[in-house]
Amino acid sequence: MTDSTQTLERLATSDYKYGFVTDIEQDTVPPGLDEAVIRLISAKKQEPDWLLEWRLVAFRHWLTQQEPQWAHVHYPKIDYQALSYYSAPKKKTDGPKSLDEIDPELRRTYEKLGIPLAEQAILAGVAVDAVFDSVSVATSYKGKLAELGIVFCSFSEAVREHPELVRQYLGSVVPYRDNYFATLNSAVFSDGSFVYIPPGVRCPMGLSTYFRINASNTGQFERTLIIAAEGASVSYLEGCTAPQRDENQLHAAVVELIALDNATIKYSTVQNWYPGDAEGKGGIYNFVTKRGLCKGRDSKISWTQVETGSAITWKYPSCILRGENSVGEFYSVALTRDYQQADTGTKMIHIGKNTRSTIVSKGISAGHGQNAYRGLVKILPTAENARNHSQCDSLLMGDQCGAHTFPYIDVQNPSAQVEHEASTSKISEDQLFYCQQRGISMEDAVSLIVNGFCKEVFKELPMEFAVEAQKLIELKLEGSVG
Amino acid sequence: MRAYIVESRRESSIMLEIRNLHATVDGREILNGIDLIVRPGEVHAIMGPNGSGKSTLANVIAGREGYLVTEGAIHFDGKNLLDMAPETRACEGLFLAFQYPVEIPGVANLYFLKAAVNAVRKYRGEPPVDAMDFWDLVHERMELVKMDESMLKRSVNEGFSGGEKKRNEVFQMAVLQPRFAVLDETDSGLDIDALKVVADGVNALRSPERGFLVITHYQRLLDYIVPDHVHVLFNGRIVRSGGKELALELEEQGYALYNEEPGRARRAAA
Repeated sequence: MTDSTQTLERLATSDYKYGFVTDIEQDTVPPGLDEAVIRLISAKKQEPDWLLEWRLVAFRHWLTQQEPQWAHVHYPKIDYQALSYYSAPKKKTDGPKSLDEIDPELRRTYEKLGIPLAEQAILAGVAVDAVFDSVSVATSYKGKLAELGIVFCSFSEAVREHPELVRQYLGSVVPYRDNYFATLNSAVFSDGSFVYIPPGVRCPMGLSTYFRINASNTGQFERTLIIAAEGASVSYLEGCTAPQRDENQLHAAVVELIALDNATIKYSTVQNWYPGDAEGKGGIYNFVTKRGLCKGRDSKISWTQVETGSAITWKYPSCILRGENSVGEFYSVALTRDYQQADTGTKMIHIGKNTRSTIVSKGISAGHGQNAYRGLVKILPTAENARNHSQCDSLLMGDQCGAHTFPYIDVQNPSAQVEHEASTSKISEDQLFYCQQRGISMEDAVSLIVNGFCKEVFKELPMEFAVEAQKLIELKLEGSVG
Repeated sequence: MRAYIVESRRESSIMLEIRNLHATVDGREILNGIDLIVRPGEVHAIMGPNGSGKSTLANVIAGREGYLVTEGAIHFDGKNLLDMAPETRACEGLFLAFQYPVEIPGVANLYFLKAAVNAVRKYRGEPPVDAMDFWDLVHERMELVKMDESMLKRSVNEGFSGGEKKRNEVFQMAVLQPRFAVLDETDSGLDIDALKVVADGVNALRSPERGFLVITHYQRLLDYIVPDHVHVLFNGRIVRSGGKELALELEEQGYALYNEEPGRARRAAA
């Protein structure tokens, strides 16, 4: 093995810096899943009957489903009866009224992550709805948003305060019977975020939720619902880190976006969950269903994701382009190293006339990492003049990793134009030497080259997130520290 | 006594000193005992047929992986160059203009250059370059090689023509201002106009403090970059050294004297 290959491998096997466990009393339901558990979750959350019924219908359907096997990932069979399906931090009688009232232990957790909640909100102008395990414990900037009629709250609160909106849109993009993990989520989802932007309102700040998985053996089943009414626009940021764990932790979230006429939703994710150790032990299983519906004409939904964590990522943020002239976008960077596996991509379903979609996927594999792009572009007969452009690039670091591309194209209208480009490259010794000859160290050269590779995606992220993402990639490829 | 003093002063002003250098690539011996001394302000030309070891010499000096020095030494300003990582050599003031500059997609030329400048400054214990100063320097140096501003924003060498790539190498050299530069067949693939631009750029950088090693197959480049010394490299050894007139002699006679196949020597002379 050459020196630079060794260095790449060393760079690719650095330690996870965010591994720690917060010591907070948890209110946890014993492991196991049956209708009684679902009734218990619903009761603890004081939910209306229609929601309990929805959960139960989903659960009964889930019992008839099989776990999907088609993804290019391998993991031991999950014992769903060994998981605990509800866990919430114990709260004071009334719950926190401001950020100051938040459990100091919790605050320290965020601070260790480099996200001091209050500062984050003030400095970055970001309203943070922090999800600690399953219950939202802090919501900021609510007043300011409320003046504009914007609703940004936990899912449970939305069920209480805006039941008509939740009932209208819940499951309208990802129906409870959609897929195994989405169905499970529908049955047991604990909490999540809810956003409603009223007609004509442009949300003046990026809305952000930081997710953390904390309780041992607790599957996280987040549910996010974002609705942008006519002419509204919003940028939503989701960032995740998780403490270090030995057991695999299941995460099966569902995110539904709905854009009405002329509405725009931009959804950005930087994901850095615990990926397992250098031998592949531990780490999060991330089986997520994310889908946006461009319901109205001239609407737009844009997904940007930087996926660097999790042992297994199974995730296809998609767009259903129903409205005429609607636009779907998917920009993705997925990094796998050590024994991480990622099967990710998107689906662009063109239904309306003159609908357009863009897919830019960048996969980086290092160590024994396996990275698959799986994408579907479907042009239905009704989608006159639909356009799609897909670009899938893979970067390999070292000689033990893999990159795979599975593009599916289904065109049922002859006026469609669909383009697909794919490339696979390695960080070459020539590139590294060229940088070194200009005085740039090997590690900096790797960062430089990888950031160059990801540039098309990073530029789609909101500014503060782009910097974070770039740092995260550098951190992930840094080897000498620790 | 007097002769001794002169000799010692000359010794102290040696910039690059190569002694009995042997090097192998994939176990094959390519360099067979090279001796060469370059002093500040001098331009040395290394000429030789294909396969004589010219590019190997350039790569060994720059520290490229896969080029194994089996015997001999290289000193740069009295320091053992072979002990240094490639980036350390660069930070010490060594520059290689590549024969085949590589593309780095997504990394803007200007950003790359700034990273390089700051890496060198960090090595010297200096703060990062001031943005305005850097901008001024870049613009001044761009004119030197008649480079268009749009090339600063483009990714490093991506989609550049052969001529643009070589021009970019000289531009980087002009910005980094190394004390010693190796030009590895910088003339290859250039038309006469591009060759003149590149040569003008190099000539503008000639100074009493700076040394050059110009590696070329053809004499043509040396019409524009006039060397102080010319060396003929053959089978990994310097077989002849002389002044600039040696290049002209090679132009007439080709490398046939050194057993190169006659056809190639004739093409070289044509």
